[in-house]
Amino acid sequence: MQHLPIFPVLLPLLVAIILLRKREGADPVRRTISITATALLVAIAFWLVSQVADGETLVYRLGNWQAPYGIVLVADRLSAMMVLLTALLALGSVIHASGGEDNQGSNFHGLFHLQLMGINGAFLTGDLFNLFVFFEVLLLASYALLMHGGGKARVQSGLHYVVLNLAGSSLFLIALGVLYGSIGTLNMADMAERVSQLPADRQGLVRAGALLLLVVFGLKAAILPLYFWLPRAYSSAPAPIAALFAIMTKVGIYAIFRVFTLIFGEQAGGLAHLAQPWLWWGGLATLGMATLAVLSARDLRMQISYFMLISIGTLLCGLGMEGTASRGAMLFYMLHTTLINGGLFLLADMIADQRGKVGTRIVRSKKFKYATLLSALYMIGAVSSAGLPPLSGALAKAWLMSTATLSEGLWLWPLLLLSGLAGVVAASRAGSTIFWRHGNGDPAGERLSRGKLVGTVVLLSAAPLLVILAGPIGGYTQATAEQITDTVQYRSAVLGNVTSDTSGASVDAD
Amino acid sequence: MEALYAITTGILTASGIYLTLRGRTFPVVVGLTLLSYAVNLFLFSMGGLTTHGAALVGTTEHYADPLPQALVLTAIVIGFAMTAFAIILAMRSRGDLGSDSVDGNRTDREDPRENKA
Repeated sequence: MQHLPIFPVLLPLLVAIILLRKREGADPVRRTISITATALLVAIAFWLVSQVADGETLVYRLGNWQAPYGIVLVADRLSAMMVLLTALLALGSVIHASGGEDNQGSNFHGLFHLQLMGINGAFLTGDLFNLFVFFEVLLLASYALLMHGGGKARVQSGLHYVVLNLAGSSLFLIALGVLYGSIGTLNMADMAERVSQLPADRQGLVRAGALLLLVVFGLKAAILPLYFWLPRAYSSAPAPIAALFAIMTKVGIYAIFRVFTLIFGEQAGGLAHLAQPWLWWGGLATLGMATLAVLSARDLRMQISYFMLISIGTLLCGLGMEGTASRGAMLFYMLHTTLINGGLFLLADMIADQRGKVGTRIVRSKKFKYATLLSALYMIGAVSSAGLPPLSGALAKAWLMSTATLSEGLWLWPLLLLSGLAGVVAASRAGSTIFWRHGNGDPAGERLSRGKLVGTVVLLSAAPLLVILAGPIGGYTQATAEQITDTVQYRSAVLGNVTSDTSGASVDAD
Repeated sequence: MEALYAITTGILTASGIYLTLRGRTFPVVVGLTLLSYAVNLFLFSMGGLTTHGAALVGTTEHYADPLPQALVLTAIVIGFAMTAFAIILAMRSRGDLGSDSVDGNRTDREDPRENKA
């Protein structure tokens, strides 16, 4: 099926247009369309993964223009995996949203699918300028979704988020301009080719452009000096949106991974691995700060946001480490943390529904219904997030730590283990306060919405499932890491005939 | 021409950054607009500046790089939409938070008019 790579972009676009056509409409109809379309997206993503699992790289040339001149979509193992992850996360979120959150404002489902289109496009595109365009699509949808339902906290954190991202978009364009001016192309495979034959006097300019790109992606991914927008934005967003946003930071991580292994990878001569030290130390610093912050959170959603920052720090460390094995472990950790964090945001919303005015603040409250069920779910999420055995977090972290070399391990092991300890302390304090410290009397609280429960369970079930299926999934992420390292394969798939292995052909004069 | 172009872009960028760092939403929005103008100019110049050159290869000896023109067109459209959104958002935050400070601070000592409102 030659058109397969464009389906994950086209389907959400069409569904969004259908859903946005009428502002008001019967809820059941919209929900059915939205959930069915998301389920279909999951099916397409599985199909895509099955197509690329054997190591083939699918290239889709729009309008059949040849690669460096036309726009291409490229689906390799990494892209397909990210699309699948997005679809699964979206399925949980949209089911949860159909439990009532979606009619707090208008056009929830339409915007939701536009956002999915942007995210999927960013994962599939093989062109740096298209990456910018898809970033803008997903950001514009996310601005509106972040403020879905309104309220002071959302407007305020939304304003910060929008201004920061607009400034980020400007930086992105400057970086693209610099790179185009000095390399002469924006097709990622072609850039990788030309960077290896770059004249020495252009190297400084390209280095500046590349590091500007790192700042932009770092802002999206929330690396240390650029993460201050995240906790407030995520903790004030509506729950299904906060859950979907769990993938947004991963878009930044993905972009870093793609650009700095493909274009500035082995073959780039003097520019090879130029982001590595920044990622490693930035990741460690993010991990350290988030570890302190998670202990200070006074609100469950804020705490989950900091859990997310811990995971981002860990992922960046994984990117900064040398060796293909750590990349495989990092990707496995990414699957785990995205789904679990999303599930926790959904769960926090259900807890807030039951507790009434107290919301998710970590304080004593009235007795509420369904405490047993909710606390059991919270336990699964927290144990997995903090990285205690037997759930997926422990496995992912242990794998990542086992791939560290001695000098890396000296930094990574203590910080990662301490962050786990801080996570356990914070989560157990929050859990015991929320579920055990309450007054006497009859339990209050509204009926549990079935949609919300199902959505949450879908995402949190990743914790046991990732452990049970760790063999095949781990094998896939490992193969993905190997495929990413071998950039010749990607370049020859996109450009046709890359004859020589250009790793030795650096022209720089050092 | 290059020097004039570069100076213009530089001044626009500097003004844009200065205004974006202000504490009230209106200067911030204007700053973002100036910044996006600067970025558009910058992007436009990236294929090299040519005068009296068609953006078609093969018709003349002397042609302009068409790609930056296409890129800048996309960037202008996106930037325009974003600016519109930012303005609406700034007005919304003025209405909801009762203040045009980016932090939503009501008791802003710098502006005495705030207390009367």
